Amino acid sequence: MSTHNITTQKVNFKVFRFNADVDYLPYYETYTMEVTSEEVVLDILNRIKWDLDGSFSYRRSCRHGICGACAINLNGRATLACKENMNDMIELFGNEITLEPQSIKRAVKDMIIDKADFWQKHDAIKPYLISDVDEHPEHEHIVSPEEAEELNEADLCIQCGACHYACPVVQINDEFFGPAAFAKAYRFEADVRDDAHTERLLELHKEGQGLWDCVKCFECAEACPKDVNPIDKITKLHQMLFREGVATSNVATRHAVGFKNSIAKHGMLDEGTLVLYSEGPSIIKHIPVALQMFRKGKIVLPWNMPKSDNLDEIQKLVKSSSTAKF
Amino acid sequence: MKKLKYALFTGCTAKQSTPEQMMSTLAVAKKLNIELIELTEASCCGASHLQDYDDFLSLVLNARNIAYAEKHDLTMVTICNTCQLNTAMTKHRLDNNADLKARVNEKLAEVGLEYKGTSNVIHFLYAIIDDIGLDKIKEMVVTPLSQFNIAPFYGCHNIRPSELQNESHKTKENPYNPTSLDDLIIACGGMNVDYDEKNKCCGFHVELQAPKTASILTGNAIAGAMDGNADMMVTPCPLCHLKLDTQTKHASEAIGREVELPVLHMQQMLGLALGCSSDELGLKHHLSKVNFV
Repeated sequence: MSTHNITTQKVNFKVFRFNADVDYLPYYETYTMEVTSEEVVLDILNRIKWDLDGSFSYRRSCRHGICGACAINLNGRATLACKENMNDMIELFGNEITLEPQSIKRAVKDMIIDKADFWQKHDAIKPYLISDVDEHPEHEHIVSPEEAEELNEADLCIQCGACHYACPVVQINDEFFGPAAFAKAYRFEADVRDDAHTERLLELHKEGQGLWDCVKCFECAEACPKDVNPIDKITKLHQMLFREGVATSNVATRHAVGFKNSIAKHGMLDEGTLVLYSEGPSIIKHIPVALQMFRKGKIVLPWNMPKSDNLDEIQKLVKSSSTAKF
Repeated sequence: MKKLKYALFTGCTAKQSTPEQMMSTLAVAKKLNIELIELTEASCCGASHLQDYDDFLSLVLNARNIAYAEKHDLTMVTICNTCQLNTAMTKHRLDNNADLKARVNEKLAEVGLEYKGTSNVIHFLYAIIDDIGLDKIKEMVVTPLSQFNIAPFYGCHNIRPSELQNESHKTKENPYNPTSLDDLIIACGGMNVDYDEKNKCCGFHVELQAPKTASILTGNAIAGAMDGNADMMVTPCPLCHLKLDTQTKHASEAIGREVELPVLHMQQMLGLALGCSSDELGLKHHLSKVNFV
């Protein structure tokens, strides 16, 4: 490696400090350091501990982006410390860098958090192959490359927790499985050798903990350092619920299906009818706000619903291109 | 200045629950000398829900919408973050998968259409920043919003997933520190408010199935802007607008604190700075008080 291109620049690191055993509140310590263009974020954590404060604590192990131990937040961005080059981070955020644990409310000591909730959710979706193993098989269980392709991306997960702690729903709903558990569930749902199919899907279908509480913010896709793309797996699991006939009628499934009904009728979405179809009798709870909206000209009555031009094309396509049933 | 011309995909809310968004888009386009050809044939994009049920149908319908923009040989401009995401995602998938594109086109052929992949799909916010430029917009401001602290609320589906979003525009956005809307606020003469929730989720997409989650997220967003001393919020997304403007009662209950701020569509804020009247911008269609005009 040539060394003559190495550049250095001054960076202020504002670092989250907290020791649950002695501190009542967390605080931030600022370290100003010369950072070279060769360094990754983990090098900075190491230098803080080795050169500046031996009590500074963080997790690290493989330093090759495969163990998932060193995941932290850098200026609010989920970051696998051993993977990200400091220069790239400076390009994104400038020379004022804040280092924090993945979850401040779960902080134990400095960058170290209590990941118990992550593992509990992980366990809850049965992250293993469930299959009656024939003790005397006559031949191997062949999985074709096409079948393996379906789950390859989800299999890249290193359980670093980046997506889990970046998920806004995980932060406010303790029941919610979260994107990492969903991606892991997909890993096995998409495995042709797995027999637990419906059993796992039923858990994922439950409101509160399951897929339907995902807000579709894409924080998980953004956070993942391994391109697992959890929200893509969440979408695939949603589709699986319908395909396997596990999806029962609830406000969320009717909401998804309602779009098709509305498009078939108007081309556009009929907002009022969608809410009515999704909620059923529970529509009453929306009436106070709906009345306010009506007074402000924000509600179009069913008989005034605008329709897309060339609606016949849309209707023809809805008929010929539909692939799902409910 | 050369007249800009785009194909406008209005989305559904602009025709129903946010009429002010449609009005202000047209008013601002006029001021900026932009010609908008409305894609009246377009269907709903599926709003990030249809594909959970029927992915292929969602692709076909979105490809059809883009095909109409292509027929005009124009860039498609969206005015809703979720329309932008669904349409751009469809474009990305079809442009990168010849087999899928062929299967979709087989269906479109039934109605005499074809998806080619020739039209870009871009949100109006980025279209004006890329094609007109913030400096030029600043020059055109006649009523600087200099007495206001304005909190930008970006909306998830314009900034994430960043790899996809940054394909459609030249203004590269960092999803953890987005700047385009802040820059537009500054160009309009306002003070941009920095707060933690500006790039967070408003909860819109689970309003029916998880109302508590949705309300907490909305409440946190408004509270963050209020704590940043904002006089108002501004957003490029009508769905975020619906949450922030019409759901303040539920949001306040959910977080145990009274939260409410005037919330403008990005086009309304720009329109005010460019000298449009409050009637032209549809300010009477808001639920939360817009008492600063």
